[in-house]
Amino acid sequence: MNGGDEVVAAPVGPPQPLEWKFSQVFGERTAGEEVQEVDIISAIEFDKTGDHLATGDRGGRVVLFERTDTKDHGSSRRDLERTDYPIGRHPEFRYKTEFQSHEPEFDYLKSLEIEEKINKIRWCQTANGALFLLSTNDKTIKFWKVQEKKIKKISCMNLDPLKAVGNGSVASSSNSVCSKSYLANGGCPDKSSNDFSFPPGGIPSLRLPMVVTTHETNLMARCRRVYAHAHDYHINSISNNSDGETFISADDLRINLWNLEISSQSFNIVDVKPANMEDLTEVITSAEFHPTHCNTLAYSSSKGSIRLIDLRQSALCDSHAKLFEEQEAPGSRSFFTEIIASISDIKFGQDGRYILSRDYMTLKLWDINMDSGPVSTFQVHEYLRPKLCDLYENDSIFDKFECCLSGDGLRVATGSYSNLFRVFGCAPGTTEATTLEASKNPMRRQVQTPSRPSRSLSSITRVVRRGAENPGVDANGNSFDFTTKLLHLAWHPTEHSIACAAANSLYMYYA
Amino acid sequence: MAMIEEPLYPIAVLIDELKNEDIQLRLNSIRRLSTIARALGDERTRKELIPFLSENNDDDDEVLLAMAEELGVFIPYVGGVEYANVLLPPLETLCTVEETCVRDKAVESLCRIGAQMREQDLVEYFIPLVKRLAAGEWFTARVSSCGLFHIAYSSAPETLKTELRTIYSQLCQDDMPMVRRSAATNLGKFAATVEPAHLKTDIMSIFEDLTQDDQDSVRLLAVEGCAALGKLLEPQECVAHILPVIVSFSQDKSWRVRYMVANQLYELCEAVGPEPTRSDLVPSYVRLLRDNEAEVRIAAAGKVTKFCRILNPELSIQHILPCVKELSTDSSQHVRSALASVIMGMAPVLGKDATIEQLLPIFLSLLKDEFPDVRLNIISKLDQVNQVIGIDLLSQSLLPAIVELAEDRHWRVRLAIIEYIPLLASQLGVGFFDDKLGALCMQWLKDKVYSIRDAAANNVKRLAEEFGPEWAMQHIIPQVLDMTNNSHYLYRMTILHAISLLAPVMGPEITCSKLLPVVINASKDRVPNIKFNVAKVLQSLIPIVDQSVVEKTIRPCLVELSEDPDVDVRFFANQALQSSDQVMMST
Repeated sequence: MNGGDEVVAAPVGPPQPLEWKFSQVFGERTAGEEVQEVDIISAIEFDKTGDHLATGDRGGRVVLFERTDTKDHGSSRRDLERTDYPIGRHPEFRYKTEFQSHEPEFDYLKSLEIEEKINKIRWCQTANGALFLLSTNDKTIKFWKVQEKKIKKISCMNLDPLKAVGNGSVASSSNSVCSKSYLANGGCPDKSSNDFSFPPGGIPSLRLPMVVTTHETNLMARCRRVYAHAHDYHINSISNNSDGETFISADDLRINLWNLEISSQSFNIVDVKPANMEDLTEVITSAEFHPTHCNTLAYSSSKGSIRLIDLRQSALCDSHAKLFEEQEAPGSRSFFTEIIASISDIKFGQDGRYILSRDYMTLKLWDINMDSGPVSTFQVHEYLRPKLCDLYENDSIFDKFECCLSGDGLRVATGSYSNLFRVFGCAPGTTEATTLEASKNPMRRQVQTPSRPSRSLSSITRVVRRGAENPGVDANGNSFDFTTKLLHLAWHPTEHSIACAAANSLYMYYA
Repeated sequence: MAMIEEPLYPIAVLIDELKNEDIQLRLNSIRRLSTIARALGDERTRKELIPFLSENNDDDDEVLLAMAEELGVFIPYVGGVEYANVLLPPLETLCTVEETCVRDKAVESLCRIGAQMREQDLVEYFIPLVKRLAAGEWFTARVSSCGLFHIAYSSAPETLKTELRTIYSQLCQDDMPMVRRSAATNLGKFAATVEPAHLKTDIMSIFEDLTQDDQDSVRLLAVEGCAALGKLLEPQECVAHILPVIVSFSQDKSWRVRYMVANQLYELCEAVGPEPTRSDLVPSYVRLLRDNEAEVRIAAAGKVTKFCRILNPELSIQHILPCVKELSTDSSQHVRSALASVIMGMAPVLGKDATIEQLLPIFLSLLKDEFPDVRLNIISKLDQVNQVIGIDLLSQSLLPAIVELAEDRHWRVRLAIIEYIPLLASQLGVGFFDDKLGALCMQWLKDKVYSIRDAAANNVKRLAEEFGPEWAMQHIIPQVLDMTNNSHYLYRMTILHAISLLAPVMGPEITCSKLLPVVINASKDRVPNIKFNVAKVLQSLIPIVDQSVVEKTIRPCLVELSEDPDVDVRFFANQALQSSDQVMMST
């Protein structure tokens, strides 16, 4: 990796390639431990500030992590002392809380089982110190509020003969027993209290309950709204609008627009369902709102195209404003062409100018002002081309890898097999392309890699960049483990830190 | 504490339950906060209860919503208006919660209290509260603050007024779209309290900023602001400042903004006055009627009549009518449907000649529309048509439309047309009705769908009311009674239902001579459901017919049914017998 190409690149001005280091792991597997299906992570998302991270798993749980290094210094000092060059603190997270977001369900009308697996998580606007997020499985989206509540103890009740004053630990159960028994004996208090004529100064013997606030806090996750019954097919994406009041949900054939405060109705804004389902050739695979333009959204399709639509144009946006797709090279068509062209994920860069897309073989970066073709293409799986047949046989070819952009938009990352993920530089002139393994020693693979033709290859063209980057991996027999795939990862919005999921473990790296 | 006297128990429980684990009990206590306050007295309410509520505001939204509402009417319980300010702190915290409905209620209650507060208290307590909220760290507080300015402003001294205007204009440029939306929504209310001089300068510049916001959701709220501000400004000011905004909104890139203009059009026209409407808004409106987006055309089409009323007939005929013609063949059925529901109102505006010449063809084409809603909308306004052109001209096209709707395969459409039959009958008159529609009414009694049969029975009754018993004897009763021998018991049941509805209209004589024998005959039916329905119908006939008939005919029949092998038949027969006993006793 630290080959000559950087030395060549450095004077030209592109940013130095990042040196990735292991930061943290949550839910690490011990040797020989079997992964439980329900524990496998199925969604990762940083919030806008990067102070919180959420993961969702196949068991319908959402786990929240919070950043610790910005709040206090104690934890990161040790790392600072250990590192031998002056790098600032890197993001460190700790487990905050978790909650059961979705449960398995059964649709009796359609005789369909609905898995509890969390497909996507999106953070919403924070308010009053409470965290808000949307989580979705195949059918139902839920709006969650996670809030710290101080534990309060109540004392000094009017009716509590058993407890002494100021005891401070009155169990509310005894109160309710007390009041209920009264209700049973004395009838309804509402009725009789109306008959009272209160003395003008009030009744001195009555007192209000005393509430003693303790310093203990309790994190509470409450489901505030459930957006259900709007999707006939499986939801693949949800995305918040910059207006702070709406979001979209996309399934295979339709995209619906919701108001966060209204769960009883949504508006269909894209519908690609043909009149006759036999004419179906293309499905929606992913959709996302523009980060700042409230009226722009992009969605990708199984045919490898990205459509940009303008919500201002019409209520039902079946005609796109812009279409991004790459013309296939003539003569290159094969049985697999269409399958591997399918886009599994799209992401807008933070400034909204670029869209990153991931298909089976590549990552592509598109400029929304240039619909003739991608600005850059990064080969991720080129070395798998000879094996497409096997991949088709074992269904791996349908794996949906996610992709992400760094906050500054200068780098992109995506996952691969054998728990590997790849980071590419996309600033002009850079040739940065790193392969990392989701383990405590991310650069392990690099060591094995003979640094052979990388210099010459990378300098040929920006587009085909280091095609077979890791021939070493290819060569040694154990490398293509199709069962250990790294599908989900997310880049910290402001710093060089990546969170990625290897089965049930969450690995965090920084540079 | 255990020494609470017996009569105080209920109130003591109520107070304790303010902090119960069970949300229902807490909610109950909060709803009866006034009782608690009266029990504690003014002073302790101010010094203990209100601070208690201020501190305990991390409850569930339902409880907070109830609290916000109760506090709005709490002034009498804290000792009157001079102490109203003690109510502000708990409401202030409620203004910052995340749940919109709680915040809205808290703002509403604050406005209600603020409107009663003494001027010096407003300056001392209310205005600082508004300023604190407007400077809130979280957007929720700032959103709430926008709704309070109109209460605070008028009693503020001059320097504070300037400050409040500045703060409001900052809120209109807040980073959070939610805050800007709230500022845009409340701008009209705030502007109404601002002095005319500042209205023209400060408020108008705030408004202009909002009209250029890049969030569509903010801009479309500014459309409503046009109408509100327009009413406050002098006519010439309005033409100078509001009119251009309306015109540019009507060409906004976002269809949602254009939709708002179309939807608010009448209010906007009112704001700018009839003259500028005629000269400047007609082209805008025509553009909206021809908009690319069907939703906009739907909204615009629905305002056609109201808009034409502002214009004179010449302008309407010249500019609007051609659009209406286009809309009547619009590709969207919803546009045509919206047009059909209002188009009849244009007739009086255009006058008889123009109506017959121009409007009638449109009207007739809508009446033949392939989409049933369009036809139904026309038929529902038939009385208006009748007034202008008379039924003769129409009947030729009307009848096929009605017949087609009556046989529509969607039962809801059939149901809708049945409900218009009495209206049609009254407009068309007996002669026309007998010829064409009588058969249809009978046909519906044999519909496959229960709701239709039910509505048809009701329809028969309403026709009998409309045309009188004599007509019914000739045109309804024989046909209805004919159907008692239908082989399907559900149809026989419909007839029983129709009889029970017709009997009160027809009077005792016809009931005894014509209807009762049929019912008695049905009591021999082999289907138990018919038999217990006979019992029910007989019960309903008892008050109508003469006592002797009850004794001679109805009771024997019921007695027989009360010995039926079927338990339901016996039940309803006995019920009917009991009620006949009661009738006898009372007479």
